[in-house]
Amino acid sequence: MSRAPAIEAVDVSRTYQLDGVSVPALRGVSLTVGAGDYVALIGPSGSGKSTLMHLLGGLDRPTAGRLVIGGREVGTLSPPELARLRNETIGFVFQAFHLLPRTSAVDNVALPLVYRGVGARQRRERAAAMLGRVGLGHRLHHRPNQLSGGEQQRVAIARALVTDPTVLLADEPTGNLDSTTGAAVLELLERLNTESGVALVMVTHDAEVAARARRRIAMRDGVVVADSAALPGEASVLGEARPADGGGGR
Amino acid sequence: MRLAEAWRVAWDALRANRMRSALTMLGVVIGVASVVLLVAIGTGTKQRVEQQVEGLGSNLLLVVPGRLDVGSAPAVSPLTLQDVDAVGRVVGDPSRVAVTVASGATVRAGNREDFTTVQGVLETTPTVFARELGRGRYLTGSDVDTGRRVAVLGDSVARSLFPDREAVGQQINVAGVRFRVIGVFVPLGQSLGVDRDDEVHIPVTAAQRLYGTQRVDAIAVKAPDRERIDELGERIVAELNGRHPGTEFSAVTQEQILGVLGDILGILTGVLAAIAGISLLVGGVGVSNIMLVSVRERTREIGLRKAVGARPRDIGVQFLLEAVLLTSVGGLTGMALGVGGALLVAALSPIPAAVTWWSLALAFGVSAAVGIVFGVVPAQRAGRLDPVVALRAE
Repeated sequence: MSRAPAIEAVDVSRTYQLDGVSVPALRGVSLTVGAGDYVALIGPSGSGKSTLMHLLGGLDRPTAGRLVIGGREVGTLSPPELARLRNETIGFVFQAFHLLPRTSAVDNVALPLVYRGVGARQRRERAAAMLGRVGLGHRLHHRPNQLSGGEQQRVAIARALVTDPTVLLADEPTGNLDSTTGAAVLELLERLNTESGVALVMVTHDAEVAARARRRIAMRDGVVVADSAALPGEASVLGEARPADGGGGR
Repeated sequence: MRLAEAWRVAWDALRANRMRSALTMLGVVIGVASVVLLVAIGTGTKQRVEQQVEGLGSNLLLVVPGRLDVGSAPAVSPLTLQDVDAVGRVVGDPSRVAVTVASGATVRAGNREDFTTVQGVLETTPTVFARELGRGRYLTGSDVDTGRRVAVLGDSVARSLFPDREAVGQQINVAGVRFRVIGVFVPLGQSLGVDRDDEVHIPVTAAQRLYGTQRVDAIAVKAPDRERIDELGERIVAELNGRHPGTEFSAVTQEQILGVLGDILGILTGVLAAIAGISLLVGGVGVSNIMLVSVRERTREIGLRKAVGARPRDIGVQFLLEAVLLTSVGGLTGMALGVGGALLVAALSPIPAAVTWWSLALAFGVSAAVGIVFGVVPAQRAGRLDPVVALRAE
């Protein structure tokens, strides 16, 4: 596969200001997520993988470096432009599902289309079709509290994919689920990755889960310490690890 | 996000917290209802007073000592019956001149008594003030000239003293002096809670003897035509100023009285509306408060909406509409209550109330504006939330 990269990060840093003290969370990360990639992002707490997820998803902007999502340079975008970029190219799946309570499954899935200005009828049609693809065609009008954890996460996955994004960012998607349900959700994500070609980037603590990915990126102390894409024979070969001491606070 | 969609989301959010929304609205409801009701009472009172002043008779000039103005104290009258004769000469027709010397007095008949206003008057009163007799006759010129002890009763006084007998022909006792009832007025009814039929007319000469005074309180003149009423007033004032150097007199027309009363009642209505407006303001602060709580409570929802593509503006508009919806539903409810209250007050109490369209428009406009003003800060806060922080919120 030689399509244009979905996300390209070059020497990206993110420093937080906490009570006047600069706290570097990412220190010069470079990596590329190719179209259709399946990447596991691993590392201990505080390694910067959540910060990296937020940057890759366009929820945050880097303090230094170049970050290009869907062909657009994130650093130059205003908040409304960034919102539009998220809406069009990124799908999020969270550990805690983040479904709107008191809102039916179909309306939860349709939510991103609201901000795209799609009419109510078409929204529901597309949301219902998407729920069918995740195996919840019979649960359209159930509310989150009427659904099991696995079903809720499927609704969240449908919501992430209803806009036809190029990248699906999943932050510990099986973290709140038992192992059987978690495995089913993981299989669903993998199937969607294969079927629709959406790149899947997944943050996980679980070594078994990480082992299933075609590519693993390990982080520690705000830098990438290992990237299996650097090995030959993988789908994407553009990612590269930087030394652990390199490029802090740029 | 489309606006219709945003309205729906705002409505759903309010329905999700019904009790809280209702209590928040209550502040606005009370504010708007009191604005509508109090303005209705103020307006109704003004209309009623205007009707009554106009009902006094046309082309009327009231001559009083002092100035007729908002806030000026009534002066003690130096006017006497000689002045009345002088005014009659200025007017050229004494039958167009009426006087009054009034005092509160206890009136008795048998074992019944009534405290009422006893007015000393001339025989010209029915002509000048357009008063009608229900039965019997009014005072005559000779009654006045001789100070005869005869009395004409207002309807209420007649009913109170003679509940089961015809009043005309009976004796009454005014401050220890006996008078004979010769007539009863046609009832006028109430105005501003005052019973206009609670009065007794006796000859001005008899009244002056009764009260031990030479004064008359005020002179009223029915001008022959409307065009020269101001000029006539000036001539009367000039005459009286010549007779009483150092005392100021005023001759005022109905229009002037209406103007002064209108000023007073306008100020009163304004003060009432302002007090009610304060409660509306307090209601607005309540809205602001609850919207801030709502933004905090729904921080994660805001984060999620932003993650899936909501712009800061989309979130801001959503919360602003929620505040506006709160206050405008509260405003509509308050309008309904205010109108209902005004109708009830008008029907069940002597206080008049007239609902005006402008007070409704104003109340609704103000309540919607309160929503915008007090919703802006919470809405901006929601719109500016950092999605990363918002998603992590508990």
